[in-house]
Parts: sequence; C-alpha cells; structure tokens
Amino acid sequence: MRLAVLTGEHYITGDEACAEGALAAGCTFFGGYPITPATEIAEHMSKCLPEIGGTFIQMEDEIAAMASILGASWAGVKSMTSTSGPGFSLMMENIGLAVCTETPCVVVNVQRGGPSTGLPTMGAQGDMMQARWGSHGHYEIIALAASSAQEMFSQTITAFNLAEKYRTPVILLADEVIGHMSEKVIIPEASEIKTVSRPKPQGEKEGFRPFQPGENGVAPMPSAGDGYKIHVTGLTHDERGYPVMTVEAQAQMVERIVKKIQNNRDDIIKTESYSLDDAEIILVSYGISARTSLAAMNQARALGMKVGFLKLLTIWPFAEEKVRALATKARAFITVEINYGQIHLEVMRSVAGKAECHLVGHAGGTVITPEQVLERIKELY
Amino acid sequence: MQKKIIITGFGGQGVILAGRIVGKAAAIFDKLESSLVQSYGPESRGGACSVQVTIADEQIHYPYINVPDILVCMSQAGYDKYRDIITEDTILIIDQALIKLNTPFDCYAIPATRLAEEMGLKMMANIIMVGFLIGITGAVSLESAKNTVSESVPRKTVDINLKAFNRGYEYALDTLKSCRKKAISDTGVVQ
Repeated sequence: MRLAVLTGEHYITGDEACAEGALAAGCTFFGGYPITPATEIAEHMSKCLPEIGGTFIQMEDEIAAMASILGASWAGVKSMTSTSGPGFSLMMENIGLAVCTETPCVVVNVQRGGPSTGLPTMGAQGDMMQARWGSHGHYEIIALAASSAQEMFSQTITAFNLAEKYRTPVILLADEVIGHMSEKVIIPEASEIKTVSRPKPQGEKEGFRPFQPGENGVAPMPSAGDGYKIHVTGLTHDERGYPVMTVEAQAQMVERIVKKIQNNRDDIIKTESYSLDDAEIILVSYGISARTSLAAMNQARALGMKVGFLKLLTIWPFAEEKVRALATKARAFITVEINYGQIHLEVMRSVAGKAECHLVGHAGGTVITPEQVLERIKELY
Repeated sequence: MQKKIIITGFGGQGVILAGRIVGKAAAIFDKLESSLVQSYGPESRGGACSVQVTIADEQIHYPYINVPDILVCMSQAGYDKYRDIITEDTILIIDQALIKLNTPFDCYAIPATRLAEEMGLKMMANIIMVGFLIGITGAVSLESAKNTVSESVPRKTVDINLKAFNRGYEYALDTLKSCRKKAISDTGVVQ
C-alpha cells in the first residue's frame, strides 16, 4: 500500500511525475490506451491506483478511453487519461462532449512528431492548435504546458484544480523529451498541496437545474446517485439539461461555455517572466523549447544583449494581455517551438504590429538548440 | 559547476540504468541538480543506446550535451558515434575488451564485461563500469553512488551489485595509482 501523496524527493521521469501529480490532486480513475511516449503515465497509474483504492482501466481505444473518464467524472470522481497525437485525434469527439456537458476531466497529451502516426518515439510540439479547437463547434478550453518533471507534477495538479473549478476538460500538453526525461521532483506534504473539488449542489432536489450557473458562471455539479434528476446530453440543452433545438438555446449555452473561461482569464492564465524589464528582444516558449530558450537567453545576456524570456504555463486561453503589454516596450519577439508556427501566430496576433515577430521552429523529431535561437537573436540585435 | 556525462553502449547492457544511478545519486543523495535524457526507440534493444546525464549545482536548462566532460563507452558503435565530439579535456572511459580506439586522446580503460564474467554475472558490467566511473572522476560521492545502487536493483541482488560496484571502484583506484607512478617515473617529480 502507498499514500496518494508520495512526499519526498524523487528522481523520476516527467511521465511518472505527471502520474504522481494526478494522484496528489485526488485522481482516482484512469481510463486509457497505451501509446508512446505517454505509456509510462498509464503504466504508473496502473501500478498505483489499485493501491490507493482507485480504478485503472485499459480501454479498447482512445475513443472509449475518453468516454470512460467522462462517465467516471459524472460518477463523482476525478478522472484522467493520457495519450499522444494519434490517440489525441481519436479523443476529439468526446472532448467536445466533455465541453458540452461541462464535465471536469484531465487529458494529457505527450506530443510526438506528426501528422498521423508520425514519429512515435520522437518529440514535437505540433498539437497546440488541435488542443484549442480540435473538436467541432465553437468553444473555449483550458490547456497547460510543462517544461520539467517538477512542472509535470505541479501542472497536473493545476489541471485537475482548473477542471474541477470550471467544470471543463483541461488538457496538459507535454512532449516526448519532458515525458521521458528524468529529474529531481520534490513532492511536498499532502497538507501543503492545494486541491480543488467541483462545486456541489445544495438544497432542494426537486426542480434542480444542473446547468444553471453559479456566481463565476459555473453550475454546481451533482454526481449520478446523489438523488438529483439529471439529463446529460451532447445536444444543445437548456439549464435543465434537456435538448432544445433553438437558436436561443444554442446562443445561451455556447456563450456561457465560452464566457466561463474568458471571464476568468486572470485566474486561469499563468506565465513566468525572466529578465523582461530591460529586454529589447523577448523569447516566448513552453515545454522543452522553454528550456532551450532560457539557455539561449543566458548565453545572449552573457554577450551583453538585452534578451528576456516569457514562459507560457497556460497555453489556452492565450496570455494575450501579457504579450500585448510587453510589445509596447520590446523591439522584437521570437517564438521558439517545435512546429512551423502555431503559438507564433498567437504572439503575432497579440503584438498587433507593435513589434517584430519571428519564429525559431522546425518539424518534429528533434529539439531546437540554444545555438539556433542565439543565432537568430544575433541576426536581430 | 556543471558535469556533462554521456554513457553509451548497446541495448541490454544496462547503459540507461548506469546513467540513472549516476543522475539519481547526484540529485537525491548529493543534493545537486541533475537531468537525464536517453535514446529511446527500437534501437534500444541490441543497437546503439546512450544516456546523457548533466549534473550541476544550479538549475539545468538545456538537458542535451554538445561536448561531454566524461564519455563512457561500452560498445564500439557507441564509441564510433561519439568519438568526434570529444576534446582533449574529455575524460574518456572505455571497456577495453570491446573497443578499439582510434582517437589521439588518452583514456581510462577497464575490462568491465570480462570482470563481470569472472564474477559469474555478465549483466553486472554496467555496475562495474559505474564503480569505475565514480572512482576515476568522483562525479558523485562514493556513499551516494552506493546508496543509489542499493536502491536501484532488485532487493535480492543488492549484495552482488555492491560487490560489482566495488570491483569497478577498486580497479579505478589501482588505475589512478599506476598513473601516478608512471607520472613520477616519467618526470621524476612527485605530484
């Protein structure tokens, strides 16, 4: 037997740290299908969940895996799955169902080279946009990134907390390097770990409306078996959860799903700033490329160049206010990512012509080196 | 302080475990920072296989190694792949029975696989090599390395693994001693 929170110092991979973060956050259900480079998350959960009284199920595929965690969530437990590109594509339909039914759950995507089955054993960061709008219809979602084993632990906890708070699926975007890399992970005492649980309804069961929002735009969520009459559907529904096929019902439901994220941007969006105060050139990055950027920034500073770095911990919603404010002071932005410019587009949109925007990016399979970034900095300086 | 170590060999030799022992000893027992990235893929069974461990007293940003401070080679293919990136400052360590050198740089050699065979357990060559690596370079402290070896192998095999580690460590001390003797006889100066 083991405790849910493995307090102490550990030398583990990012994938293992992610699983430990889930357990520390109170996750007791994992439904998944193994896929490189995310398999170790499922493997670790399969070992640990039975020991803390939780449930692990290997489903027949990723479509079913995603469905299983929605069911578990409505049964009242914190649930998650993990996958990589091909599985993430299969999960898209039910991620949309999670958004529409406002079902808290966590989906971890340890990215590898794509499209399609791509490069199974090699990293990439090409699923950033898919995380945002990979399912059909207009919606807002929360997606986070992690750039170390320690962050895989802490960001998984944050993912659960945001999922529960806002009744929404939260996606954690990692990459093969971070997933497979080993580092020291410090797990604090259980009492020091802040966890959030979904708002539960109180009072009259008769006439209860499971999709009637509370103060922050989020509706209290009953579990199956609590005694509330609930109807959960992917069809456009009213506050009772019943399908209503009207323009008005669609407008009301979609607007609320969008606004509960948009109106709480300040609470959701987290970034880390490095040497931004006097920076003339600002690097923007996340995941493994954040580490490349930090190394490049230090090398540039050592050469006397005023370079800063903005690390994105939250990918969606995008930190546009932060970038826009920086654009009034900096001369140029360089987005560093292992794709041909996905977050780069968001940086450009946010900068809105107030500074130059450049990309250091390439296709998947290998990381971007600090030398590549430094070279671009020198060209611009 | 930053030490960059690459250990390379072929899949099945326990190269990754050797790296994990060094990395974990540094991070957990020596209270330093350490990052480990490894080759990952179908080649990790029988083909060339490597692990890159960085040890530092401050946060490690970029975990990949351009030029290693220490290169440990347990296969010819691994040596051939990395020999061109090393410099005269790199400490080169080889399993002498498995590798034919063709670089001008000095190296520290141990017949780790043969010693393991003599101990009756060929699969211990990686642990002997870790002992030798620690003895030659002091990359992590002796106590930390031993603690990590004990924690990293199946419980029933702790004693034999520690024996293997000590075999490599003592071989390193003997190697260093004969290096010193050679230096004295070459120069006449006691260093």
